[in-house]
Amino acid sequence: MEVPILKQRNYLIASVQAVLTDQDLVTLRDRLVAQVGRFRSDGVILDVTGLDVMDSFSVRTLRDMAHMIRLRGADTVIVGIQPEVAFSMVQLGLSLEGVPTALDLEEGLAYLDARTKRARPSVK
Amino acid sequence: MSDNRNKNRDRQLTGEPRSALHDESHAEVLRELVAHLRQNRTQLREVWASRIMGARFLTAMTNEEILAECSSVYDNYLGALETGSIEALEAYARDLSERIIPRGVETHEVVGIVLLLRDVLARSLFSKYGQDLQVLTRVLDAYEPAANRIATTVAVGFVQERERIIRQQQEAIRELSTPVLAVRERLLILPIIGILDPQRARQLTEQLLRGIRVNRARVVVMDLTGVPTVDAAVANHLVQTVEAARLVGADVIVTGLAPELAQTLVTIGVDLGKMATVGDLQGGIEEAEKLLGYKVVPSDESAEQQIR
Repeated sequence: MEVPILKQRNYLIASVQAVLTDQDLVTLRDRLVAQVGRFRSDGVILDVTGLDVMDSFSVRTLRDMAHMIRLRGADTVIVGIQPEVAFSMVQLGLSLEGVPTALDLEEGLAYLDARTKRARPSVK
Repeated sequence: MSDNRNKNRDRQLTGEPRSALHDESHAEVLRELVAHLRQNRTQLREVWASRIMGARFLTAMTNEEILAECSSVYDNYLGALETGSIEALEAYARDLSERIIPRGVETHEVVGIVLLLRDVLARSLFSKYGQDLQVLTRVLDAYEPAANRIATTVAVGFVQERERIIRQQQEAIRELSTPVLAVRERLLILPIIGILDPQRARQLTEQLLRGIRVNRARVVVMDLTGVPTVDAAVANHLVQTVEAARLVGADVIVTGLAPELAQTLVTIGVDLGKMATVGDLQGGIEEAEKLLGYKVVPSDESAEQQIR
């Protein structure tokens, strides 16, 4: 299943609605990393509300993706991790080290707004 | 079971199959002996009450209370013997249990009291019908199963009531044990008081993560002032809870760590970079307000002076 990537102002939003195979995830990672450059985006929001399982591969892929996007000059925030998923991830020792997380899309947008305002003060 | 055995004994004694006629005669015998027991109510009740006191049952109640309870139990007992219906007695036993359990009456006391009454009544029957062995056998055949049934009913009713109370209290403790409170918009506090066992820790995690979603919290202050100490497993669980809360989008500030608790956390090697800690709850809430961009100022100067 291909995950739709929406461009919203200077952000990209990818919303995962169903369970993804490993290949889907890798494809998503590559597309996002490529599109960040094409659209000159400041931030990426990855909404994983639809995921009810996170294994070590998906966590590592998500973390790598965030770091790659960082290197391309944008911030990533992962939103909508379900409580049960969050706790089982922690118990399995799969932490998203260094990747910001937020409750939902709205919070993610607020986080990115705050980040970009601080990093790039608007030119008057 | 005992009822059946009695029926069998009955059959052996009389040498004839059990019939409806027999049930009739049972009921008749019961009616007769209830009439006898009613007649001697005052005296038998006195004997019973004095034996209760002699056995040191119901020490939590005064003698007058015991006498009053005895009268009503006695009447209900006879009623159940006479009609053979235990529903009324069941309701009465429940009602009685409800009244006496809060006063600290124990199961062995209740069972003992009912068995004492059974004994007192049986003795009275012995002395009345003792001369004629055949009549006595018939009377006992009618009396024993009924009395056993009553004793069982009362004991079961009492135990059930106790279990109901225990269940209710467990429920209450469970709900009370981990409240998740919203102090400000997007700010939750989670005061934890008492021993944290693995089960409670798990429940705490669940309620916290759910609370974060429901209240859309950004910051949570977890106050451990009331937790004297935890073992390594629970400490680990707390660290995991903090991490999980971050994943669902809230920062956790841990406050009020007791020295022993701090030691346990250091011993298991917690990464202090991941866990924000502040000395006490007040400091934690101030820190949280700072994170959320709140600034608390007195509404006017006179109030400020009053505080000082």
